[in-house]
Amino acid sequence: MDTTSRERARERAAEYLLRRHRFRPAEALPWLIAIAVYFIFPDRMTFGSQVLIMVMFALSLDLILGYAGIVTLGHAAFFGIGAYTVGLAAARLHWNEPISGLFAAAIMAGLVGFITGWFLLRYRGLTLLMLTLATAIMLQETGNLRSDISGGYDGLPGLTFDPLLGKFDYDLYGHTYYLYVLAVLAVVFYFVRRIVYSPFGQALTGIRENVRRMHAIGSPVHRRLVTVYTIAAAIAGVAGALFTQTNAYVTLTVFDFDNSAKVMVMLILGGTGRLYGAFLGAVVYMVLEDYFSKLSPTFWQFGIGLMLVLAVLFARRGVLGLFESAGQYFSERKKS
Amino acid sequence: MTAALQVEGLNRAFGALPVTRDVNLTLERGARRALIGPNGAGKTTLVNLITGALKPNSGRVLLNGEDITTLSQAARARRGLARTFQINQLFRGLTVLENLCMTIGERDGNCNNMWRSAGAKRSVIDEAIDHLESLQLVDDALKLVRELPYGRQRLVEIAIALAQKPRVLLLDEPAAGVPSSESHLILDVVAALDPDIAVLIIEHDMDVVFRFAREITVLVQGAVLTHGTPAEIMNNAQVRDVYLGQDSHRGGQHG
Repeated sequence: MDTTSRERARERAAEYLLRRHRFRPAEALPWLIAIAVYFIFPDRMTFGSQVLIMVMFALSLDLILGYAGIVTLGHAAFFGIGAYTVGLAAARLHWNEPISGLFAAAIMAGLVGFITGWFLLRYRGLTLLMLTLATAIMLQETGNLRSDISGGYDGLPGLTFDPLLGKFDYDLYGHTYYLYVLAVLAVVFYFVRRIVYSPFGQALTGIRENVRRMHAIGSPVHRRLVTVYTIAAAIAGVAGALFTQTNAYVTLTVFDFDNSAKVMVMLILGGTGRLYGAFLGAVVYMVLEDYFSKLSPTFWQFGIGLMLVLAVLFARRGVLGLFESAGQYFSERKKS
Repeated sequence: MTAALQVEGLNRAFGALPVTRDVNLTLERGARRALIGPNGAGKTTLVNLITGALKPNSGRVLLNGEDITTLSQAARARRGLARTFQINQLFRGLTVLENLCMTIGERDGNCNNMWRSAGAKRSVIDEAIDHLESLQLVDDALKLVRELPYGRQRLVEIAIALAQKPRVLLLDEPAAGVPSSESHLILDVVAALDPDIAVLIIEHDMDVVFRFAREITVLVQGAVLTHGTPAEIMNNAQVRDVYLGQDSHRGGQHG
């Protein structure tokens, strides 16, 4: 091989790896839509905030499930820790400043993620599934046991939070909070995106693809998993904190198995390991749930179930995967 | 001079079945050693014990004089012990290039970085391409591993091991499952390995063994039967009985 074609091969290789990291124009779309929603549906901002919070929650799960391949049914544990951190701080300690509350929630959830992850991530598959599930239930029951502090299943109602940055107060329609949640989501997303395309993120993909090989090339697999689990827990904690702040109340149901399962369904529906799968999945799920529950308050879960069956039958890689396949199909037809 | 790899009195049993029995083995720097033995002799088990995929019941493994018996697989790999697997263990959903970059990244500790883009470090890519060039894999660099024919995947397996810059390399049937029309490429690569690396190869093809190895260790039922130069092994009556006598002298079947 002569030197010029050699050089070209190197250039191509470098370009290939760098290209994925660059922002693509299409990536602006979800953000533009989120901003447009603010102007188009001014009376649905409370619901909008809940959707964005679920996007963040699903995004944190994507880091560990989609990239590192860790299967968990207890991710609500961290959402709950975050939700209760700001809830208890406001109700019991009169710590009502919202932004510092987010940091506290991230630290608390991250800490719990680090400790449980350090023990649990030696296991994989079904064992891990059961252990993560058990962790969430144990935390919930701890809260129930000390209902004098946590408020039990009645929760901590009527929480108040200081105005954002000391200026922007909570309004009845949730306009302020929608923008607040959107801004926090953008910051979190930027971090997640950097992590995913970093060498560390590559190593996570390696663990998902072939853990035996990772051991053989000298990767500290357990350390990598605990690290990403801690980060994902912290992000889920922030999502939980925003949940408490936007709703101004919190009950122990945030730890529910339902919550863990729901976020996983959202992510799988949208597409795992794709960053924007979390956006699409959470939006589709939440909007359909909202629509079906109005359509039929008794049987709305049938609609959700049907949608899942269809997704499993026809869109194994999620809605985003379906789009990708369609895009590929049309670009190939164009070529031929 | 300390040996590159030293195995001392290694024992391992699966339940009541001893699969490795009091094995002693020494690889000097730059050794070219073949490990042969009939099916079920415990060759792969021995490799797993050396790399740390399995823990021995007793005995020691030393790498460049350092006792690594209690170290994890990954810690051993970081100290310069690399292996290939009898059945490919690759990142099938990633490109060949990413397979290599990941290996180099983990070797140099780049993979601790969460902030930089994976493609930003040019030296990693350059080195990855160097390894691919030496194995004639450059044209496949941007293809997914699972899209490659099996023979080329076997080359990726070797490329990864080489990218670890090992001092001791354990090759578990590198040409297994590869059609003979392609296996010569793999064997050429093995023959051209850096003379400083100590290499242990498990192989069933006696042509390869006698061409490549300067020393041969024969393993039977988990224990070392004998070891010596290819000529000594070929003329050893015991070996002929238990091993070479089983199939025709030349061209034994692949596992």
